[in-house]
Amino acid sequence: MWSWVLHRITGVAIFFFLLVHVLDSVVLNISPDAYNAVIGTYKNTLLGIGEMGLVAAICFHALNGLRIIAVDIWSWATRNQRLLFWVVIVLWLVLMAGFVPVQIMHMGQEVHK
Amino acid sequence: MTTIDAPRSPQAPARPKRRTNWEKWGWIYMRVSGVLLVILIFGHLFVNLVAGHGIAAVDWAFVAGKWANPFWRVWDGLMLWLALIHGGNGMRTLVNDYAHNVTVNRVLKWGILLAVVILIVLGTYTVTAFDPCTVPNNGLSFCK
Repeated sequence: MWSWVLHRITGVAIFFFLLVHVLDSVVLNISPDAYNAVIGTYKNTLLGIGEMGLVAAICFHALNGLRIIAVDIWSWATRNQRLLFWVVIVLWLVLMAGFVPVQIMHMGQEVHK
Repeated sequence: MTTIDAPRSPQAPARPKRRTNWEKWGWIYMRVSGVLLVILIFGHLFVNLVAGHGIAAVDWAFVAGKWANPFWRVWDGLMLWLALIHGGNGMRTLVNDYAHNVTVNRVLKWGILLAVVILIVLGTYTVTAFDPCTVPNNGLSFCK
């Protein structure tokens, strides 16, 4: 049940981010300065942490989605869906262990003025 | 002499014309687009947030450089369409599960549809019409 609840919560969170993210991309066609100002807000510490939350949500939703597909089409996976949930959690931890330090490193950098 | 009634025969053909099962196609769409989105979004996150300087390097010129190659325009355009329809259909499922009031249910679903359509139009326009070389003093080497 928790995988189902988490799938819904992460799905809604990603959907609302997607609405904002498409709109910030539309600014590309307005002017370089306008876009750089908008994308610049993604680089502050608060949104940098927010991006970690977003990536965490996406990674869980992606892995659990693949688990749902496996459970739907493969009888072995149906019988072992509980085990597969823990596989999802472990893979999620591995992905996050890879991403979080890289993101923290990038947050401290300033490439363009 | 008694007569026996004719054996029962169906009034309609045994197999009436089946209507399209939209819920089934929605179910299939969520799975097919889901697999594609895992590839597209993981690729997008890797190139924009992990490789090189990650988020620190993303700005207008970064996108202009990426979209100089049509490959990334197609990638981003596919992601836009697949993700918004996937997300919109997911939100529709939640509204149907939790919004029991008929009016609220209808308003929310029209709102979702409107948001998805507007963003697909705006996003498709952005990814196709973007032309950095028409911007004066753009500083991009590949425009010269």
